[in-house]
Amino acid sequence: MSTDGQSIPAAEAAAASAPALRRAVVVGGNRIPFARAGGSYAKSSNQDMLTAALDGLIARFGLQDERLGEVAAGAVLKHSRDFNLTREAVLGSALSPETPAYDLQQACATGLETVVGLANKIRLGQIESAIAGGVDSASDAPIVVSEGLREVILDLNRAKTLPQRLQILARLRPKDLAPLAPGTSEPRTGLSMGEHQALTTAQWKISREAQDEVALNSHRNLAAAYESGFFDDLVTPYRGVTRDGNLRADTSMEKLAALKPVFGKSLGAEATMTAGNSTPLTDGASTVLLASDEWADARDLPKLAAVVDAEAAAVDFVHGKDGLLMAPVFAVPRLLARHNLTLADIDFFEIHEAFAATVLSTLAAWEDEEFGRTRLGLDGAYGKIDRARLNVNGSSLAAGHPFAATGGRIVASLAKQLHEKGSSDGRPARGLVSVCAAGGQGVVAILESL
Amino acid sequence: MTDKYAQLVNQGIGRNVARKLGLPRPAVLRRYRPGQALVTGPVVVQGDSAAADKLAAELLTWDLDVRRHAVPREKLGAIILVLDEVAHPEDLERPVLAAAGSLRDLDAGARVITVSRPAAEAGTPAAAAARQGVDGFLRSLAKELRAGATGNGVLLAEGVEVSSPSALAAVRFFLSGRSAFVDGQFLTVSGNGGSLPDDTGRPLAGKIAAVTGAARGIGADIARTLHRDGATVILVDLPAAGDHLAAVANEVKGTALQLDISREDAGRKIMEHAVQRHGRLDVMVHNAGITRDKLLVNMDQARWHPVININIAAQLRINEALLASEHFGPAPRIVSVASTSGIAGNRGQTNYAASKGGVMGMVRATAPLIARAGGSINAVAPGFIETEMTARIPFALREIARRANSLQQGGRPGDVAEAIAFLASDAAGGINGEVLRVCGQNMVGA
Repeated sequence: MSTDGQSIPAAEAAAASAPALRRAVVVGGNRIPFARAGGSYAKSSNQDMLTAALDGLIARFGLQDERLGEVAAGAVLKHSRDFNLTREAVLGSALSPETPAYDLQQACATGLETVVGLANKIRLGQIESAIAGGVDSASDAPIVVSEGLREVILDLNRAKTLPQRLQILARLRPKDLAPLAPGTSEPRTGLSMGEHQALTTAQWKISREAQDEVALNSHRNLAAAYESGFFDDLVTPYRGVTRDGNLRADTSMEKLAALKPVFGKSLGAEATMTAGNSTPLTDGASTVLLASDEWADARDLPKLAAVVDAEAAAVDFVHGKDGLLMAPVFAVPRLLARHNLTLADIDFFEIHEAFAATVLSTLAAWEDEEFGRTRLGLDGAYGKIDRARLNVNGSSLAAGHPFAATGGRIVASLAKQLHEKGSSDGRPARGLVSVCAAGGQGVVAILESL
Repeated sequence: MTDKYAQLVNQGIGRNVARKLGLPRPAVLRRYRPGQALVTGPVVVQGDSAAADKLAAELLTWDLDVRRHAVPREKLGAIILVLDEVAHPEDLERPVLAAAGSLRDLDAGARVITVSRPAAEAGTPAAAAARQGVDGFLRSLAKELRAGATGNGVLLAEGVEVSSPSALAAVRFFLSGRSAFVDGQFLTVSGNGGSLPDDTGRPLAGKIAAVTGAARGIGADIARTLHRDGATVILVDLPAAGDHLAAVANEVKGTALQLDISREDAGRKIMEHAVQRHGRLDVMVHNAGITRDKLLVNMDQARWHPVININIAAQLRINEALLASEHFGPAPRIVSVASTSGIAGNRGQTNYAASKGGVMGMVRATAPLIARAGGSINAVAPGFIETEMTARIPFALREIARRANSLQQGGRPGDVAEAIAFLASDAAGGINGEVLRVCGQNMVGA
């Protein structure tokens, strides 16, 4: 076994100490259509969108006036006034005002982590029901004053005399007055997420054509899912928007090939990442209804899938040991090993398309013999997945990616897909969710059809 | 959607001016609110038949102030003319003239109701003449009534007693504010089936009802009314209308089912949803409908096909699925929204009128099929109703359409909903295959 800290532990070690837990099930989900930043939801706040997503879920399952165990959601781009965002959304919704709520934040993994945390509470018997969710508005993003201005204002507050105040004001410089808009740059490297991925893309030699193909499939799959009515009970329109605004049902390899690269232009290697194979800034919100079997049965609610288990991982991208968005590469083998599963045991993969190249780099790492040996502690490559099982109803490249809302979108859609597959095959279907996140993190989870 | 003219002539200076100029002054209709008294004053039951006695006795148990003879200059809530035994047109004279003397004493929002037998079932030409005479008499009287008073008739088929649940329920419906915009109409009670509710304020208590087109307009008010009357409502509308649908669903504490009813499997989807959540479905309200108006000379498939498909073909498919299910009912109810356009025709609406005529044909032909399952199917044909859809009609046309009925105003979505809620109730089980117009006695059509 390798000495690398990311290697996979033996399955028995984890399983032996696990106490008997009950099941947490996904009843269903609801989201609003995602819209490109600055578009249809430009005037909607995070609280507006999260409330709308909650109200659609409540209407779908008749949860009016219900006191749920807990609601957890979060936003990546968050105003300081939204310190109790989820609770405020609950109070504005049709749920009982006696439903508690908390905010959670783990960058793009926020939505999935709310599912994991609440499912765990249900499994432990602490709560019977819960709504997990997430929301993000890149349009209504907070604007922050500069550090210089902020320090001056705080010091002014503490000053007691006029001379002190004048002295403090004199420290102000014109550059302090410029507001700071939020970016997607990593605080420790100064590089944007796209530039980080460009490094990984080049490292794994992911071609432009392969990336465009992932993007094309994403649009085609999402469009087909809409056409077949798959989203009829997963999406509720909002502000006149009925489908994801980023969806281009008529895109083609030719159209995608015509786009100019936007990331990795200074790397020396050929730049391959375009606006077509990268997710745009997006506004939107999603929710997932979770429950114990007893709670769902008592209300005659459907049970689509069980939340089986989850794993988080993080990588050292700061020193360049791994790419920023590569944490799931380690989280998935650890999670599957805990359940004695391999990639071949998974019926559907939902690998979040932060960039087409993120998905392809992840697959490339798993298919690489040396990576498997040196980083995962295996005898060879971790494995290859059947691409026909990947993101079958489209993913973030087509739907868009309102950071914290992506996890809820994926879990609800996958649960429905698994339920349909399980019902038609007559045997349980298994799905894997993988979401990468800023800060070199990743959260992955297993769902199984009911 | 508000009728500004009606508001103007019913308050302050506007009222005086309109009165002096002799302008039409549409009355503020007496509409039902929970807890409201059934009628505004004493009820006079005219007629010498056994049925008249029976009905008068029954009304006493409703805590009504029942009179067999009117006292002059006493404000009346209603006059009920029981004419079930008329055998010759001359038999009408005495009860009709007796009622005539009381007409001036009718309160605002009062009711005149005839109870008679259908002419088609009469044994002799003279009896048929007398029975058909009631029809012409009532429809004319309805046009003479003022101040929001209405006139309607209950027709008792052979073998149906006036004390049968649906006959009593029809009388109650016509007396109450629930029938505010129903005027000059006859409703046939064809069977002794049905059962009266324990609580007349919640006649749909415990019922599971699905309503299509529930996101807005008449459909949203149907959902609200069914909920008010005690039903649990499944609200169905297009996925694209889901935000409005969710808002109404949360208001009435029902469930939203986003579904295109023109899909082949729509009936199965509705049934699946109902069975999953509630174990069964009791009431199906077919309200969803579209218009694609164009003169026939300019009609194309894009305007014809969807109107037929959504307004009638979808109803046929859904009914087939429901009637094949063991989970529809017991005592299933189907209520469809037809239209006066389907009765009288409307220029530019050949497609719409064909679809709505189709609804009425379907309702009549489905009646014996659903009766075998212990159920009933009926239609409600709205006239001019104040909705987002009719608000788009050009002003002058809209004003004409609004005033061209005995009540001189458009109805409200809630008026249609009240008729539907009535026909969906257990008490209406003896009413099957009927089309009830909610049109304020519109001048077009019958």
